[in-house]
Amino acid sequence: MAAEVETVAISSATQTRRPAGQAGDTVFRALTVFFAVLVLVILGGVIFSLVYGAWPALQKFGFGFVINGAWNPVTENFGALAPIYGTLVTSFIAMLIGIPVAFGVALFITELCPKWLRRPLGTMIELLAAIPSIIYGIWGLFVLAPFIQQYVQPALIGTLGKLPVVGVLFAGPPLGIGVLTAGFILSIMVLPFIASVMRDVFETVPPMLKESAYGLGCTTSEVVWRVVLPYTRVGVVGGILLGLGRALGETMAVTFVIGNSHHLNLSILQPGTTISAALANEFTEAVGDLYQSSLIALGFILFIITFAVLAAAKLMLLRLQKATG
Amino acid sequence: MRIYARRRLSNYLVVGLSLCATAFGLLFLVFVLGTLLINGVGALSPTLITQSTPPPGSAGGLLNAIFGSLAMTLIATLIGTPTGILAGTFLAEYAHNSRLGEIVRFINDILLSAPSIIVGLFVSAILVVPMGHFSAWAGSVALAIIMIPVVVRTTEDMLNLVPNALREAAAALGSPKWKIIVTVTYRSAVQGMLTGVLLAVARISGETAPLLFTVLNNQFWSTNLNSQMANLPVVIFQFAMSPYADWQVLAWAGALMITAAILLLNIGARMFASWSGLEK
Repeated sequence: MAAEVETVAISSATQTRRPAGQAGDTVFRALTVFFAVLVLVILGGVIFSLVYGAWPALQKFGFGFVINGAWNPVTENFGALAPIYGTLVTSFIAMLIGIPVAFGVALFITELCPKWLRRPLGTMIELLAAIPSIIYGIWGLFVLAPFIQQYVQPALIGTLGKLPVVGVLFAGPPLGIGVLTAGFILSIMVLPFIASVMRDVFETVPPMLKESAYGLGCTTSEVVWRVVLPYTRVGVVGGILLGLGRALGETMAVTFVIGNSHHLNLSILQPGTTISAALANEFTEAVGDLYQSSLIALGFILFIITFAVLAAAKLMLLRLQKATG
Repeated sequence: MRIYARRRLSNYLVVGLSLCATAFGLLFLVFVLGTLLINGVGALSPTLITQSTPPPGSAGGLLNAIFGSLAMTLIATLIGTPTGILAGTFLAEYAHNSRLGEIVRFINDILLSAPSIIVGLFVSAILVVPMGHFSAWAGSVALAIIMIPVVVRTTEDMLNLVPNALREAAAALGSPKWKIIVTVTYRSAVQGMLTGVLLAVARISGETAPLLFTVLNNQFWSTNLNSQMANLPVVIFQFAMSPYADWQVLAWAGALMITAAILLLNIGARMFASWSGLEK
């Protein structure tokens, strides 16, 4: 009898109290949803503002904008070919150097180095990622560019520059600044991003798989090539794409050392420009609507390229995550 | 026997190359920091924090730029932290596997690595163009937008680390969900969330590209948030690219200060995290 009364009392108590908690819940939930949706709104706003700003230029030049090599503020003839070319070439150089080095670093941290060294080493590589890009820029301008001018470029011009077909890539006087220097700095900047993703995905390999291979008498390099890499292939590609996304959009370090020339030049020793460097240099000084609109159109193209690359990277990493649970 | 020798050799080769790669990476860390120290320490002087940026050819300091950077970072943190934490809370506590949650998570991860110069263009279009002039407000908003994805990400990760048993225990006591989140989940994840905010602050305090289109620079001391304001990254950019030796010296000093601050924030955040037992 007494127990029944108590249940009744409790249930009536919950009935009177529940609305207060529920109201708080609704408000709090709505608040979190609002800010989560804000993230989407930001992306939507970015796309809209880029398309809106780029519209006059895209209307005027049409698709030809992408394949037009001219950039002439005086005659108002603008084309994106030189910046797009520079962006792709610098990122390509960055990947060419960055991927093998990042792989080596990740391999060393996960497979070779003693346990006590792992944490500090990983932290040091990640500190490379924490250094802001403007610092790489000032270092590249005052330290790396003179070094490349004095030692690397003369050697390249003297050897590869004399070869028949490839020679055109290494033609011209050694200037220090240029596409090669920019690509090299980018490779150092993307190294930590790629290396840390590779390290994380290497660590997802079940120890039993590796131990079985070692048990069969495999060497470390065989375990890595035949067990670790096949198991983590998707994640490794994801990490590389993540680094590529960074390289494509990197601004300040490149602006310092690329030389900012809209003249399309095949030689990687000569000055060039990238989309982000052109924006950083010219946007605040661009006079005339068409000039500004063309620069925003450049930004729009950069956005599309990086978005596609980063989305692909994310999808691949998600796939690995799902496969490993 | 020959095949063993070959396998052993190729193994040594891979191990050796991997060692070289790690040395290469560390070499550049030391190289960059060393150059900064050599050029920056010589440029340090008390006038750095007592005088504003000079015209070329005369002595001066970085006071206005330091103030501008601190002010804009502070405002960006005040905007970005609550936004990022609430959005991260949605992902960790409410979204689960809902469609909206997956989309937000995906987009957030892309924004995390999106080029910061694009954010500059965006803020320039929505704030600078309508207002008709550069302003520190616009710069702060640009920095906040860069900060948000970092905070969202770490908040979600840290909240996911909180054991479900804690939430269930609080729910069993009859506590409404919002109260569970605020008083139980947040409280047990607060150190990790703070670490995330510190890392985000470190990330934005060196950002240059988005500031170029939003606040630009100001040669003079200014506390007016509605006008152009000096800030360390843009001052470093303009002074380093200038042909004047005394401006370049100031650029090195600024670069050293900003890097020291960022590395301290990073190392501090890491130590804080490992001290509170969060790092794996």
